[in-house]
Amino acid sequence: MSKLLEVKDLKVSFNTYNGEVHAVRGVTFDLNKGETLAIVGESGSGKSVTSNAIMRLLPEPHGFIKEGQILLEGVDLAKKTSKEMQKIRGKDISMVFQDPMSSLNPTMKIGYQIMEGLMKHQNMSKTEARKTALELLTLVGIPRPDVRINQYPHQFSGGMRQRVVVAIALACNPKILIADEPTTALDVTIQAQILELMKSIQQKTDSAIIFITHDLGVVANVADRVAVMYAGKIVEIGTVDDIFYNPKHPYTWGLIGSMPTLDSSDEELFAIPGSPPNMLTPPVGDAFAPRNHFALEIDTVMEPPMFKVSDTHYAATWLLHPDAPKIEPPAAVKHRMQGFAQTGTKGGGKR
Amino acid sequence: MTRYLLRRVWYMLITLFIIATFSFFLMKILPGSPLQAEDKLTEEQKEIILEKYGLNDPIPVQYAKYLGGLVKGDLGVSFKFDNTPVTTILFDRIGPSALLGFQALVIGSILGILLGLMASIFRNSPIDFSSTIIAVIGTSIPSFVFAGLLQYVFAVKLGWFPVALWGTPAHTILPTIALAIHPMATAARFTRTEMVEVLHSNYIITARAKGVAESGIILKHGLRNALIPLITVLGPMAVGLMTGSMVIEQIFAIPGIGEQFVTSVMVNDYPTIMGTTLLFAFGFIVIILIIDLLYGLIDPRIRLAGGK
Amino acid sequence: MDKNNLKNIPKDLFVPLVRKEDTSEKISAPSRTFFQDAKRTLFSNKPAVFSMILILFIIIMSIVGPWMNNYGSDEQDLKRAKMPPRVPAFENVSWLGMNGTLSGTFQGKDVQQASAKAKARFDNKEEFIDLEVINKGDGTRNSAEVKATYRIYEAKDMKDTYFWFGSDALGRDQWTRLWEGTRVSLIIAFVAALLDLVIGVSYGGISAFYGGRVDNIMQRIAEILVGIPNLVIILLMMLVLKPGIISIVIALSITGWIGMSRIVRGEVLKLKNQEFVLASRTLGTSNGTIIRKHLVPNISGIIIINTMFSVPGAIFFEAFLSFIGLGIVPPDASLGSLIDLGFDNLRLYPYMLVFPAIVISVLMIAFNIVGDGLRDAFDPKMHK
Repeated sequence: MSKLLEVKDLKVSFNTYNGEVHAVRGVTFDLNKGETLAIVGESGSGKSVTSNAIMRLLPEPHGFIKEGQILLEGVDLAKKTSKEMQKIRGKDISMVFQDPMSSLNPTMKIGYQIMEGLMKHQNMSKTEARKTALELLTLVGIPRPDVRINQYPHQFSGGMRQRVVVAIALACNPKILIADEPTTALDVTIQAQILELMKSIQQKTDSAIIFITHDLGVVANVADRVAVMYAGKIVEIGTVDDIFYNPKHPYTWGLIGSMPTLDSSDEELFAIPGSPPNMLTPPVGDAFAPRNHFALEIDTVMEPPMFKVSDTHYAATWLLHPDAPKIEPPAAVKHRMQGFAQTGTKGGGKR
Repeated sequence: MTRYLLRRVWYMLITLFIIATFSFFLMKILPGSPLQAEDKLTEEQKEIILEKYGLNDPIPVQYAKYLGGLVKGDLGVSFKFDNTPVTTILFDRIGPSALLGFQALVIGSILGILLGLMASIFRNSPIDFSSTIIAVIGTSIPSFVFAGLLQYVFAVKLGWFPVALWGTPAHTILPTIALAIHPMATAARFTRTEMVEVLHSNYIITARAKGVAESGIILKHGLRNALIPLITVLGPMAVGLMTGSMVIEQIFAIPGIGEQFVTSVMVNDYPTIMGTTLLFAFGFIVIILIIDLLYGLIDPRIRLAGGK
Repeated sequence: MDKNNLKNIPKDLFVPLVRKEDTSEKISAPSRTFFQDAKRTLFSNKPAVFSMILILFIIIMSIVGPWMNNYGSDEQDLKRAKMPPRVPAFENVSWLGMNGTLSGTFQGKDVQQASAKAKARFDNKEEFIDLEVINKGDGTRNSAEVKATYRIYEAKDMKDTYFWFGSDALGRDQWTRLWEGTRVSLIIAFVAALLDLVIGVSYGGISAFYGGRVDNIMQRIAEILVGIPNLVIILLMMLVLKPGIISIVIALSITGWIGMSRIVRGEVLKLKNQEFVLASRTLGTSNGTIIRKHLVPNISGIIIINTMFSVPGAIFFEAFLSFIGLGIVPPDASLGSLIDLGFDNLRLYPYMLVFPAIVISVLMIAFNIVGDGLRDAFDPKMHK
């Protein structure tokens, strides 16, 4: 498989009144053609900032890429001018946002909002673009597209709007689709519909997807590989099987442990105490140590490097150092890992 | 839509009726009468004059006649100014007022929108800073103070423009500027605030993510959404222009409705005062109605669909 | 980090961490109440602080100003009418225009004609007129230009008299009248704003708090009043009432409260249905306590802001009414009536307009800046 996107040691900071906030502190990952990578983490872990940095949609000038490379088929996006980026956005990489209620222009017909990208990137005439927009609306499952194309966003329900947003993102057959928590603002039943839609579209178009979410259940459903982010860094990355059957990082344990399952009614959740650190002054050592039940003395002194677990699986925790004491995941997490393994599919996590 | 319009017009008529009634009875309380100026008259002559103005009838009859006249567009006869019908007086003078108001509104809002737009694009730059200062000064300083400054500097001292009076387009320049400063400042302020808010909204990010060029983002996605709420301040602007026209026509001696009003106040010509007041009220109410309809037409979210 | 380094880590670091205290829930920022935050934001806003100082200064001057010299506000004396400003300290600073002289440039076909014009303009008192030839001229019409400075105080034998801001057409001291007028304008503005506040808050508050039929009836009434332009009502009221402070206050308040009542009603309606009020109600809290503990603190910000903006509005309307002859009429002074008189003499005695115009402009700008500052201060998004 060829590498479509390579992010190397990406660092993103924000200048605020209180000082520089280090939102992303050295993120490295890659994305293959046709693959779905999920980036998981709680609010403020830097997952959305990472995706906005790839799109170069950071609120410049106070949000900026401090270091690192974003290589799209070998070309560094971090070095592109904003004019050059306009030609890439929407065409090579496009994005689906979290809140369908506010991500469509309220005073513009949805047809035109879809056509806008087509006319810009593919030099289509108005009639051609309109035809394609109708096809796209059909593709994303909007009934009566010929009527809907002339309507305004407020005439659509939340789920329908998100379908429109997906249609806009897909308009120019992007190589990469970034979905930033596309289902968080939706009802559970609608969530499933949108996920199904994205899966089926990926099969048809062969786009790669970066799927940003805080919901591990969703991850199990859609992703091929998973990157777990904490405090601006990737702490564990691997295939879905690696992460769900054999998690190594205590933070991943925490995420899995705090996921309710149907078969564990008698069991307590394994919750992660506390809240993420203030990124204005990133802590010395392992950022997760203050919330980690299994923290070692070295966590307060030195940041753990990425330890290789297998060819596809890496984790940044001192527990993987040969000198570290052997620590097993907590019972609740173990139970879930077994649960995933028994059901055999990676869909076990979904409520 | 038609039903909505009919209902609005109905409300408008009720409001006008209330104002007309209110002003009629106020007029009855007031001491002024056509007789004040003419002192030495015999009882007989007084009778004739009162009869002519219909002031001998019992008050309910006068009221009925007054309302009847209003329906036909008759606002009564001036106590002064050679007994001219008020309608004629106002009709003769509406031209200059309308021209000034129109020029000031157009120039003021266009300049204001441009200023606010520049300020929002170059936020926290010197452009933004000076635009804010202009907006604060423009909304704060009363138009007559500004008019005095303009008149003294550009007409009296520098002699670039006529000091006062009406006639050539040059005569309209200073009063138009004096009238336009307030709408301009209001529009600038409003446009900036709205643009800043709109440019931070999610659909702007969606547009960026589509690869829309920055100019398209600002004009097609930003400005359109920012300007719709601007329609709501057109009402206060219209009131500002009305008060402004009174003082500015007075200062520049322009034969408009505002100047007429101030003169009528000075000579206690009540029919003219009432007529002008009614005209102002009518103008204001019609403007509000137009604004509401316009808002419905432009903003798809509140488009007044058929049933409403 | 290379492999060697990883091997060199001392083994004793690989032991479970002994926690001294639970730091995972530490809150790093100090906690402040909303009003403390608002106050901090307001006082760190330099233009707003400067404006508050200016307003305070003008208020103080409007109280003590008239007592700073010995003229009364209605001491007419035509002999000393239209005297230019003269301040002891500025007598040698000509550009400030406060050295007690009148000046002007005069044109003629030659210097002589121009000088003659100057003399005619300045009472023909040659010994007190300083002439300065700007342009000798070539005999054609208005080619010569002469600048004349007339020491009017000396000419009128009033060497020891100082009208700091000059005197008006009836010989009244402008300084005294200006500050008295400012006082009148400020009283009108504050009283009108206070009335708007009291009526508006109670009307809107009652309407929203009781809701149902009460709200329905009260809103119908308000709707009719809103439909009538306030300019028209104010003008009509001023025609009926005798000109004066009270009349202006009444005329302004008769419609002024509606804006406030609508805002208060909207806010109360919004708050009434919010969870924290419902929660408080479920706990059996009395109406009075809900109003005091939940509603008042949450709407006071918007009430303060709105009141702050209605003060300059009232100042403007007073000046407007006085200017068109419906407000304060001479001999009483207000900023509006002073400006009106100033316009009558704008051509030759601009100082009569300049001082009241400056005071009203400064007041209006300052109040608006403070209002803006308050709006920012009560906006949680602006708290840093």
